Amino acid sequence: MINTNEPTGYVSYLDYKGKYTGIRAWIYSTDHKRIGLLYLYCITTFFSIGAIMGILMRIELLAPGPTIMGPQTYNGLFTVHGIIMIFLVVIPGLSVVFGNLFMPILIGARDVAFPRLNLFAWYVYIAGCCLAILSQVLRHGPPDTGWTFYAPYSLATGTNVIAATGAAFVLGFSSILTGLNFIVTIHRMRAPGMTFFRMPLFVWAIYATAWIQLLATPIIGITLLMLIMERLFNIGFFEPALGGDPVLFQHLFWIYSHPAVYIMILPAMGVISEIIPTFSQKSIYGYKAIAFSSLAIAGVGYLIWGHHMFTSGMSLVAIWSFSLFTFIVAIPSAVKVFSWVGTMYKGSIDLKPPMLYALSFIFLFMIGGFSGLVVGGLATDVQVHDTAFVVAHFHYIVFGGMGYAFFGAIHYWFPKIYGKMYKIRRANIAWAMTFIGFNFLYFPQFILGMQGMPRRYFDYLPQFQTGEVISSLGGFLFIAGFALMVYNLVMGFRKGEKAPANPWHGTTLEWQIPSPPPLENFEEIPVITTDPYNYK
Amino acid sequence: MEEKSLHTEEPRDDYAAKMGMWLFIFTEILLFAGLFLVYSVFRFKYPVLFHQGALELNVTIGSLNTVVLLISSMTVAMSLTAMQKNNKKLALTLLFITILCALIFLFNKYIEWGAKFNEGLYPGSELMLKLERGHLLFFSLYFFMTGLHALHIIIGMVILSIAFIKIRKGTLHIGKYMLLENGALYWHLVDLIWIFLFPLFYLIT
Amino acid sequence: MNTIETHVTSYKTLGYVLLVLLLLTTITINVTSYNLMAWNVAIALIIAAVKGYFVMTYFMHLKNENRVIRAFVIVVLSLFITIFLITFIDYLYR
Repeated sequence: MINTNEPTGYVSYLDYKGKYTGIRAWIYSTDHKRIGLLYLYCITTFFSIGAIMGILMRIELLAPGPTIMGPQTYNGLFTVHGIIMIFLVVIPGLSVVFGNLFMPILIGARDVAFPRLNLFAWYVYIAGCCLAILSQVLRHGPPDTGWTFYAPYSLATGTNVIAATGAAFVLGFSSILTGLNFIVTIHRMRAPGMTFFRMPLFVWAIYATAWIQLLATPIIGITLLMLIMERLFNIGFFEPALGGDPVLFQHLFWIYSHPAVYIMILPAMGVISEIIPTFSQKSIYGYKAIAFSSLAIAGVGYLIWGHHMFTSGMSLVAIWSFSLFTFIVAIPSAVKVFSWVGTMYKGSIDLKPPMLYALSFIFLFMIGGFSGLVVGGLATDVQVHDTAFVVAHFHYIVFGGMGYAFFGAIHYWFPKIYGKMYKIRRANIAWAMTFIGFNFLYFPQFILGMQGMPRRYFDYLPQFQTGEVISSLGGFLFIAGFALMVYNLVMGFRKGEKAPANPWHGTTLEWQIPSPPPLENFEEIPVITTDPYNYK
Repeated sequence: MEEKSLHTEEPRDDYAAKMGMWLFIFTEILLFAGLFLVYSVFRFKYPVLFHQGALELNVTIGSLNTVVLLISSMTVAMSLTAMQKNNKKLALTLLFITILCALIFLFNKYIEWGAKFNEGLYPGSELMLKLERGHLLFFSLYFFMTGLHALHIIIGMVILSIAFIKIRKGTLHIGKYMLLENGALYWHLVDLIWIFLFPLFYLIT
Repeated sequence: MNTIETHVTSYKTLGYVLLVLLLLTTITINVTSYNLMAWNVAIALIIAAVKGYFVMTYFMHLKNENRVIRAFVIVVLSLFITIFLITFIDYLYR
């Protein structure tokens, strides 16, 4: 076993003093762990901004008619809420924060394959964020198209569509570079003895995700470029008056944006696959099933984009093919849930905060998944398309899924990242508040949607008000819980007790090195002789 | 910018660099794939008008460009072979020819586009907007795809020029030539894209 | 690891490949003078694909490349084709 006591001359990556001091020691650093933290702070900031926009929308929806804003403002709000949450938070999310922080350590490497490219990708991300901010403040006003930028409205609207689509384009480039870096790292830098089937499942997840980042993102890149060219030069691809086809825009848009949701969820499932064995003190059940299901989800995920377009006018053959494959993609996800539950069976369960979040993930993701069958079925989708039902569906899957996995990951790896511990009781209270708030926020939306409440509408018929008020109150409770969570973590960083190297008794490589890790991760590169979840 | 003390003991991994370049090439293939998809959809919708549009393109210049690019692909591959055989002079000569071919290609493009601009045919022009819809889409695609391709020619030229300078300076040599190998790979990609662009725009008569 | 198996492709091979490519180009230009309707596109695309194959195999050294990278290329090309086919399931049957 590797000696987890701090070796002589140990300096943590947080305290390491290199060529630069102050802020430059961080923004010029090519250390994957520092880059991971840079992303963490940006993403937390943008998530908070996006959440505040969500809260503003919830306040507006407390009553029919204008409550605190008019329709144009509301349209701008749901657009930027989507752009921030999707492109700045959830797509990069787990990959750039925890993939950067931990993937190299989990494979026994000192860093990623291209550390300077890694830092460059963060700069590109920041440039994308700046463009997104610019889209809100430039002369023509924030875009009001929704984050989906559908033609022909996105061609006709006078608002700052080019800045916003430019932001998404730049952010996509950052995503591609990260994916490229991670694929090469995993192929070339695994420690001796670590075959693909001895990698931790989070690494499998990051690997599958990196392929989607690499191969799907260029399509949204070229599509947004087409949109920009059409706005500037009337090239006509998507404008019916010029012979173009708006549905073609939808095809191109969703050819990326559907696989993008797997960029969001695969690392999340990877995190769950790490947390559950640790807090059951038992080896993962169905390692190969989970590994292969990640690849299967990535693969089949490319075939089903049309399920966002059932009512757009596609051919009958197309819509039933898309529906069929949509049902099929649920199967590998179910395989994972089965394996996680199988892992917990007869395990020694410890309900610490990471485990609470992991169990919440399973619950919320399943609700989201089942509601996906409703929207995935042709006849039922016609009823609920573009209603609040869809809003509930994707928030359960993305927010309940990726979001809760993110919360779980930060609580799981916090002691390793900072060498300190947060208060467990406060974390539990924050969890309870967010979990209850979340369900009150989104469950009513299923019902409202089935009753006919449309999405992206700032006004509504009076019969929907009760549901909307419950939803808004749930949102407020959620935000309060989230604030407590962040406060707890910040206090843990500033005043928390020193954390040991392996507080949760995990078996993967990150727990075998000091907390926080030294700059180059390992004194000596380990030689791997067993599978990763080697619990006795 | 990179701190010297980091990762000191690690030997250079050329295979990783090559793999990285191939992965980047995949992203470029998929970038153009979106445009080829749009082309296919509108060609399917407006076959006659696309045919008419193709008649207005100069097959001679297009063919010449194709030949020039194929030759340049061979010369850059040969340049790599020369480097691997430690023949610095030959590597430089072949690389120079490659870059020259690129310039010829760009010059031809300039002539072609210039001719169209003189007729009043360019993206957003009045003439263009008055065309029949399939005809408009053909030329929109023509300008967009050949323009994006030309941008990639320029990028490729820059990479190969940097390689050229490094070979002359001696910082690129038989023990360290990944930039040349990867630059050549990128150049072949640019050639590959044109191999498909050429028949789809010039030869559908 | 620094060592790649450096297979050096001979000047002769590269020269022959260029000749093949130029020949195929000539064929593809000449075929357009016959009106074969839908077959014109098919032939043009097939010839382009063959040219592409030669460029990838010989100029880009895929012939001597590691299995992993060759597998990558097949996956990417398959993805490209799949996306095309699925999109046309919409357009063909509207």
